[in-house]
Amino acid sequence: MPGPLAEIIWYLGTAFELAFVVCSIARKSFFRYFFLNVYFILAMVFSFGRHFVLSGHGWDSAEYTYFYFYTDALLTLALYLALISLYSRVFGELRFSRYLRTLAVLLLLGTAAFSYAVVAQSTERLSTGFAYELSQNLYFVGLVLTYLLWGAILKLGETRTRIVQIVLSLGLYFSAYAASYALVNFADKYSVVRFLGPLVSCLLPLSWTVTIWRHSEEARLVPARLVTVPR
Amino acid sequence: MMAILIFAVSLVTLLMFFVSYCRSLMAASSRHELSAEVRDVTGIKEFPTARDYVKAMQLLRLCPERPEDRTGLRAVGLYYDILDMTQRSIARIIPSLQSWAEHERAGCASFAVVALDRCIAFNRESLAREGEL
Repeated sequence: MPGPLAEIIWYLGTAFELAFVVCSIARKSFFRYFFLNVYFILAMVFSFGRHFVLSGHGWDSAEYTYFYFYTDALLTLALYLALISLYSRVFGELRFSRYLRTLAVLLLLGTAAFSYAVVAQSTERLSTGFAYELSQNLYFVGLVLTYLLWGAILKLGETRTRIVQIVLSLGLYFSAYAASYALVNFADKYSVVRFLGPLVSCLLPLSWTVTIWRHSEEARLVPARLVTVPR
Repeated sequence: MMAILIFAVSLVTLLMFFVSYCRSLMAASSRHELSAEVRDVTGIKEFPTARDYVKAMQLLRLCPERPEDRTGLRAVGLYYDILDMTQRSIARIIPSLQSWAEHERAGCASFAVVALDRCIAFNRESLAREGEL
């Protein structure tokens, strides 16, 4: 069973997710950032679902394992859609939307096929293995796509403060999550590293909430100031 | 071995996104015109320099914090500390880093001074509202 620290992090994360949805409704931006809101609504629903299954079946039960991995794969898929929606916002004015959607679907199918090919080689627990592998690979694809999107933002001279900060927060989240995941793999004797992943997950809704609350849709920044090394 | 490699690559991208995030926070407040009050309090004549950061942060601690500035100030504060550490260590070997870090620290100072200015304005408004009541 999770300890008190894990419980606190869970409450904190859920509170920040709720705060983002409430803030975007209050700032009349719910439909403008629809997929971001869908991601957090799903995260909250799954979070309560996990608690419900955990209290009913226990930490080591097959029910909890299945529920956890399947909801995690669905959440990663929702985050992938949120990222593609950000691509649409950035490239929207260039009329790339149709090609973007086709490319996004092809990339998703490619990732799913690759995950299946990896899992098909092992015979045990094919379905949970696939959910886990797909989730992991989509995270990696997400990190690469966020990096590319950030490059495009710099190249196109994007000035919308909200878009810039939302994309950067997402980049921070993906990088920090990947780092914490790797840390768990080679330093799992330190119990503190197990809390890094959930803690990092709290930061994404927090920074997005601050962005939505602090800046209006009309807020603009000077793109030249975003370049780390002045040219 | 693979985990260490992933960890190293993620740390590099994390640092890159963190620097850009802090720069976007600073860029968002760059258009703010400093008031005469904040110039008097901090002694800034034209533009804030790297040294003004500590002074601005000390004054900010005396001022009731605005919740919307809290997260940004923490992120920029961490960025300032990283820059400070860079200037004391790696920048001694690579001189070009020295001027870059100094320029970035001045940006952090500018962000802190703008936050102080907003804080003073916010408190003045709150006092005026209390006076009206």
